[in-house]
Formats: sequence, structure tokens, C-alpha cells
Amino acid sequence: MELIIALGIGIVFGSGIWLVLRPRTFQVLIGLMLMSYAVNLFIFIMGRLWIDRPPLTPAGSVPDPSAMADPLPQALVLTAIVIGFATTALYLVVMIGARGLTGTDHVDGREPEA
Amino acid sequence: MTGLPWLQHLLLAPILLPLLCGAALAPLTQGWHRLKFTLSYVSVLAQLLVALVLAAMTDGGYWPDGIGVYAAANWAPPFGIALVADRLSALMLVLTAVLGLASLHFAMLRWGRIGVHFHTLFQFLLMGINGAFLTHDLFNLFVFFEVMLAASYGLVLHGYNDERLRVSLQYIAMNLAASLLFLLGTALIYASAGTLNMADLALRVAALAPDDAGLLEIGATLLALAFLIKSAMWPLGFWLPSTYAAASPPVAAMLVLMTKVGAYAILRLWLLMFAPGSGPAAGFGHEALLAGGMATIVFGTAGMLSSDGAGRMAGYAATVSSGTLLAAIGYGQDSLVTAALYYLVGSTLAVAAFLLLIELIERIRTPRSAMLALTAEIWAVEDAPVEPVGRGVPAAMAFLALSFAACALMIAGLPPLSGFVAKFALFHALLNPPEGAVPAAAWTLMALVILSGLVAIVSMMRFGVRTFWANGGAVPPRMHRSEVMPVLFLLLLSGFLTVQAGPVFGYLGRASAGIHRPGDYVARVLATPAVPSPPHELQSAEERR
Repeated sequence: MELIIALGIGIVFGSGIWLVLRPRTFQVLIGLMLMSYAVNLFIFIMGRLWIDRPPLTPAGSVPDPSAMADPLPQALVLTAIVIGFATTALYLVVMIGARGLTGTDHVDGREPEA
Repeated sequence: MTGLPWLQHLLLAPILLPLLCGAALAPLTQGWHRLKFTLSYVSVLAQLLVALVLAAMTDGGYWPDGIGVYAAANWAPPFGIALVADRLSALMLVLTAVLGLASLHFAMLRWGRIGVHFHTLFQFLLMGINGAFLTHDLFNLFVFFEVMLAASYGLVLHGYNDERLRVSLQYIAMNLAASLLFLLGTALIYASAGTLNMADLALRVAALAPDDAGLLEIGATLLALAFLIKSAMWPLGFWLPSTYAAASPPVAAMLVLMTKVGAYAILRLWLLMFAPGSGPAAGFGHEALLAGGMATIVFGTAGMLSSDGAGRMAGYAATVSSGTLLAAIGYGQDSLVTAALYYLVGSTLAVAAFLLLIELIERIRTPRSAMLALTAEIWAVEDAPVEPVGRGVPAAMAFLALSFAACALMIAGLPPLSGFVAKFALFHALLNPPEGAVPAAAWTLMALVILSGLVAIVSMMRFGVRTFWANGGAVPPRMHRSEVMPVLFLLLLSGFLTVQAGPVFGYLGRASAGIHRPGDYVARVLATPAVPSPPHELQSAEERR
């Protein structure tokens, strides 16, 4: 399971890097989004992979740490998703603004001379 | 509130004040711009006051070891988020408030009016910067970085034109990628050490297994990359000069401070995590910082020499100052950190003053700018010839030229202003190592710093001569008092730093000594208890049962 998840994250992140290095703003945006998905997954599995272990304790019982998943990365990843979503949306707005003002979607704001 | 002295809550004020003020300003329309400016100004003044009080408290023995801890939401460390004020963070808070005051004052007439949410974004930027200086939790540091960056995206775009859009596009993409690195680093550090509280981290790093230490070093490297992108270390700093040149002047002045936030984070984290004697990872990464810092000095120096516009020149000057700072941190010697802190304060003030000044200087070249309609000028009215021979120099031109010369002296590090004191202190520390002879790295660093100073003076003078002397058709520009005052304020402050160098160095020495004792932080932060609930709440809880 670890190997599959690690490979999956690696492939998503790698695709993101490739797209970020492309010259069109839309590709850069999609690349950043892919990278942020990969990073979110990465944070999540940094609490280790568990099956059938709740991150919360039932009320009234004495918690047994070995029977539970680490709740902290789950909290971190929620925050990271929200922040990443907001900043990506902001980038999208700037991207649309640049497209409208410069008339091109090249990251330099002008088409390269052929 | 019971159980915690109210002064302790001051630790929260530098974050809460701008947050509340910014939120209150958001719904106000531009018709209220006078009210918006006043509220914003009052908020920054209050932040300055709080920062000064915090500095007095940390340095005046209010807290043991000069470290004040605030457990947010009353979670006992290491479980909740701890805010920590020490001499270093208090100093940075004062610097933030001072720069904020100058930028805001400069923005009063023009920049604060041309966009609806300038003041809101400005307050949120201050909140992010203040929070980054106060927090003692890695993930919380990420959140404050994002607050600061999100506000800075809006502010760089402020005044919306082609150039700013194009630059923002790159600036935002760069910083989004850096934030992802930050997250990766944080996650790896949590995976290896099992904590995000910095003091707890310092405690655990010393006892890590070799496997985990390797993971931690990778995490710390990724984290450092994120910080170094912010502080523009070569080869991560290509975004900086064009962003500085494109941003509106009050925003660019604040950006200067943001490069220092990265250096601050590295200084704080490295001294906690990789201090000498902290187990297998001690001293990790210092060589890379030193080499990177030197490369940054070279890059910035070459950039200064080759750039034509004043905006880009200021950007490269900021790069050089960042490089000097990083190299001094990477060098890893207590006394050098003291000098580096003085350099940090001095160079930030100088570059910020220069960036504000640039807009006024540009008006010589393009007189009759949009300012004409807006302001009643106070300068250039009484340009009666003072000198018996030749043409009189109008007061406005004299002010611009003299301020420019002062900025040039400070950036280049020539006597008599603070730049010289800072470089002298750096060299003094380099030439007096605690033991043994002066190593080759010290000589190289000194040579680079001298070279960068020489190049700075050459390129600044080239610009100055072209603008003030060889520009025959120069018309005395129209400036308003509100634009002259901030520049004057920053320059006078640098003068004050020079005259009062003794006491300032005393404070910085204590700050540097403090951050070089990670044990104090471990002891103070982890020993902070949660405040017990007031008795009546306990009773009602029992009744419910």
C-alpha cells in the first residue's frame, strides 16, 4: 500500500512540475493544482497509513493511543486544502486579468518572437 | 481572564489589532477614505506602541530569560499553538510597525485612495508579518506566511497596470510553489520528530535516531528552500528585482521587510534545531547558507551595476543585503549575529527609504504628473536664491538630492551613517573569532562585502549624477508634506541608529545571546502551564454530570 501511494503522489507531483514549467498560464495553474493535491496527500500520509482506526476518541472512554490514527495531519491537511484553494483561486483571477489586459495567455505577457 | 496578568495578553495584540482593523475597514466604501486612513493609521500607531512595550518587557526583566510565552486558547505547550516574544521578535515587531507607519503615511494622498481595499490588505499584511515573528509553531508559521503572502499579492497588484499584472503572475506562481515546499518540509519534520512546536522540536532533535535525523534534514532543507525563496537567495531570487520595480512605492517598502521575514525564520529555526551540541544534526546546512549568501552578494552586485532604473537598483540592493545577512547567519558565530541584526535593521530602513524616494525622484523626469491636481505643494514655492553665486537650488531639489545621497551612503556602507557602523561591526566580528586564526571564508566574505559596497556607490552615483546634475531640464517636482515626512522619518531613524549605536548594540547583543541559548526556550515554553479554569465553571461542569 505504501508503495502504491508513494508512486501515485510522485507521479501527480511530477506531472505538476512539468506543467508548471510550461509557457501558458493555464498549464501553470493546472500544474500548481496538481502539485498541491500531491502535497496534501503527502501531509495526510505523514501521519502513517492506518486502516480502521478513528482519529477521535469516543466520549467517556479512556483513550488508547495505539488504537487510533494520528489526528494532527488530518487537521493540518484541512487547513492546507483551504489555503491552497484560496490562493489558487486568486491566481486564477490574476490570470484572467492578465489574459484580458495583454491579449495573450503566455506567462511573459507577450508571445515569443518566432 | 483570571489567572493571567493582562499584560500577558499584549502578546496577542500585534496580531489582533491589524486583523480587527482590516476586517472593520473591508465593508467601508471609498467615500470614507479619510476615515479608513485614520483607522488604519491609529492601528499602526497602536502596533508600534505595543511593539515598544513588548521590547521593554522582554528587555526589562518582566519575563525570566526575556522570553514571554502565550499559550493560545489555553492549551499547554507543546499541544496548542504557543506565541513567544523575545528580544529578537520584539525588535522585528518594532521594525515592522515603523516601516508600516512610513509606508502608510506615504500612501495617504495617492496610493491609499486609488484602490478600494488598500488599507484592508495593508493591515492583513501587517498581521501576517507580526504573526510570523511571534509564533512558535511551524504550521502556524505557514498560516501566517500565507496571510502575509495573500495580502502581498493584492498589494503588488495595487494600481493595476500591464507591468504589475505580468509581474504578479510570476510572483504568485513562485510563491505558491514555495508554499508547497513549506508544507512538504513541515510534514516531513512532523513525520520524523512528531511535533511542530519549535521548542519541543529543539528538545526532540537532540535525541533522534539516525534514520529519523536524515528525514528531518530533508524536511529542514525543503523548509529552508521556502524561506530562501522569500529572502531571495541566489538562484531562487530572480523574481525580486522586477517585483520591486513594478510594485507601488509604499508596497515595495513593505516588501523589503518581507525578504527579512525569511531570514528571520531561518535564524530562529536553525539556532533551535541545529545549534551546536544538538545531537547528530548539529551545524547542518550552515556551509550551504554561507556559500549561498556569498553567491547572492555577487549576483546582487552584478545586478546593481547593470541596472538602469532606480527601482531595479533598489531591488538588487535588497538582494545584496539579503545575501550579506544569510552569509552572516550561515557563518555561525554569536558575535556576528549581533552585527548582522544591526545590519538587518539599518539596511531595511535604507532600502525602504530609497524605494519611497524613487517615486519623488521620478517626478523630476516626468514633471506635471498626476500629483498636480491632487496636492498643494509646500516645496518649490520659496526657491529664492540662497547662494550669492549661480542659480539657487530649490528646496525640493536639495531635499531630494540630500536624501538620495544619504540613502546611497547607507546602502554602500560609507561613513558616517548606519551602513558603515553595520559593516564595521561585521568586519570586527569576522576578524575576532572566538578561537584560532581568521579563516579563509571570513576573508572572502569581507572582500565580497567591500566589493558590493564599492559597486553600490558607483551605480548609485551614476544614477545620482544623471538625475541631479546632468539633467539640464530638471523641474523642481511638486511634493506634498505627507510624502516628504516618511522619507525624512526613515532617514532620521537611521541617523538615530548611528548616534545611539552603543545602546542599540547592547540590546542586539542580548537578543543574539538569547537566541543562542535554545535550552532557555525549551525550559520556558514547555513549562508554561495552562491557566486553571475559574472555579464557577468547574462547579457547573460537575453539576451537569
